[in-house]
Amino acid sequence: MTDTLTPVLSANWGTEKSWTLEAYRKAGGYEAVATALKMTPSEVTDLVKDSGLRGRGGAGFPTGMKWSFVPKDNPNPKYLVVNADESEPGTCKDMPLLLASPHTLVEGMIIASYAIDCHTAFVYIRGEVLHVIRRMQQAVAEAYDKGYLGKDILGSGYDLDIIVHAGAGAYICGEETALLDSLEGRRGQPRLRPPFPAVAGLYASPTVINNVESISSVPSIVKNGSAWFGSMGTEKSKGMTLYSLSGHVKRPGQFEAPLGITLRQLLELSGGIRDGHELKFWTPGGSSTPILTAEHLDVPLDYEGMGGVGSMLGTKALQVFDETTSVVRTTLRWVEFYKHESCGKCTPCREGNWWLVQLLKSFEAGTAQDGDVEKLLDICDNMGGKSFCALADGAVACVTSAVRHFRSEFEAGRATPAWELFPYGRSALFEVQEKVEVHA
Amino acid sequence: MSGHEFQSFFPDSGEVDMTDTSTSIDETTMAELRELAGRYPQPRSALLPMLHLVQSVDGRISPAGIQACADVLGITTAQVSGVATFYTMYRRRPGGTHHVGVCTTALCAVMGGDALLDRVSEKLGIGPDETTADGRFSLERVECNAACDFAPVMMVNWEFMDNMTPQKADALLDDLAAGKEVRSTRGATITSWREAERVLAGFPDGRADEGPSAGEASLLGKTIADANSWAAPKPEDAK
Repeated sequence: MTDTLTPVLSANWGTEKSWTLEAYRKAGGYEAVATALKMTPSEVTDLVKDSGLRGRGGAGFPTGMKWSFVPKDNPNPKYLVVNADESEPGTCKDMPLLLASPHTLVEGMIIASYAIDCHTAFVYIRGEVLHVIRRMQQAVAEAYDKGYLGKDILGSGYDLDIIVHAGAGAYICGEETALLDSLEGRRGQPRLRPPFPAVAGLYASPTVINNVESISSVPSIVKNGSAWFGSMGTEKSKGMTLYSLSGHVKRPGQFEAPLGITLRQLLELSGGIRDGHELKFWTPGGSSTPILTAEHLDVPLDYEGMGGVGSMLGTKALQVFDETTSVVRTTLRWVEFYKHESCGKCTPCREGNWWLVQLLKSFEAGTAQDGDVEKLLDICDNMGGKSFCALADGAVACVTSAVRHFRSEFEAGRATPAWELFPYGRSALFEVQEKVEVHA
Repeated sequence: MSGHEFQSFFPDSGEVDMTDTSTSIDETTMAELRELAGRYPQPRSALLPMLHLVQSVDGRISPAGIQACADVLGITTAQVSGVATFYTMYRRRPGGTHHVGVCTTALCAVMGGDALLDRVSEKLGIGPDETTADGRFSLERVECNAACDFAPVMMVNWEFMDNMTPQKADALLDDLAAGKEVRSTRGATITSWREAERVLAGFPDGRADEGPSAGEASLLGKTIADANSWAAPKPEDAK
């Protein structure tokens, strides 16, 4: 039986100057690179495959399998692109990881690049996190200085360059093909698949795109073995992972635990819901994963458990809301996010989100008409699965799940404004003067 | 009148002053733009960093900056503009010395972000996407900034200002206005928006060692694990 919490990625976050190469090495860092470079690339890929590591960025695709899709006979250069465009509402695990221990990612990137025969790798970091970018830039510079990057790494004959790239504000660039377009210096708009990036990605060359946490998990697997990794977690959801607890909880924060922990356990660790309040609804992995309620407190937070109750594990971003919160208001604010972030390429997403916002505003203002709940669901029906990427699906997921669990709150929006049913000041963490909101 | 004259439903050019052709781009900037283009396997990949550099020099995406990027990359100004208008961090109008962001995506909004935005807006006398007359502050309602365990969150020049309250926001703005030293809760001493843009372009400012390794919330799980002597299994036990 493993312990309730199993810090691996976060184990060194509290150490003195943890972001420096010296501190990272003192904690056992860069030992895995030396091990990996003595293996063959396919042995490294097989090790990661055997570990059962699945993508930590939301989709949960097996990481080692993704690497093995890179065609060996393709004459073009191969590329590794790390997705550090963390922007999904609720998601806040990769930024603290990079702030505290950027070398974990650098080491993982060297190993992953070696495994797929890549000599130029990129980290695409969202632009709105200045200090994270500073720490990453410095970590890469330090790694060059100490011979972990550049030519003939540790005398192995293997060469690798890493480029730290800042985005410029666009949630959609977290979608892997939009990210590639953005990295090519274009508007970040998703591509039609196939061809998949493994075959034709960056510069139409074979490309692996992985999340920060996925790649950062690789050094520990190389160091401790696939059996060690698999000894944590469940049958199909192996290993440790970062859970991010936020919202109306006493102590929000990052919890690294074996996959399969429950929200009830995490709430116990964090002191529960804030005093005098109770859980109303929560997201398991960001706003694009259907919301759940108190009846799902004991469902394992792993890929299968969340799928089994009609949601998704996503990024393990647990946003917790108490009984003061208006579901209508929260849903509106999420959909406003999707409307703002829709790249505009596909009509169902561009127009659908715009219409959803109009309708949700009328629910919030208490001016919705009879039949508007059905209209809301009908628009969702015309959006889901009808675009190049999953952005619209995320908007649909939060609307349909909100209606499924809290339909009466939407029905009430035909007569009563949400801010009267749930005075907004009560949800805030500090005293807020209540006022009557007027929407034009 | 034919009755078919074109009528736009958008405000004029997004209120961009197209007559303002001023620029501070000089030969040094051009050399840096070329340097950025040279860092990538294909030069056009440098366009986003190049536009960050243009903002750091001109305080906005200037017509001259668009021309400079087009010249360096051998693409058209329309192609550069198409990219510049897609991303929210690029400003068509001059930003303030300090660019203030208030997160109002669902979770932060509910926990007090809406009230914070009202307060900041009232205090600065400007709405989102506006700049104060003295050029000291610009304001933006930002979308989720990946710091939800520190909600409600504000940003100054893209540095984290965690666990904000109206009182803290007042003090923050007063200190910035008075030119006092202000530190990010998980970052460096606040410089200016333009200096931040230069780092984003890919020219480090040597401040990576400032600030803590992590915030309290980031360390919570590890702290609880330590208190309970919880840890990941030892590799030898897994064999």
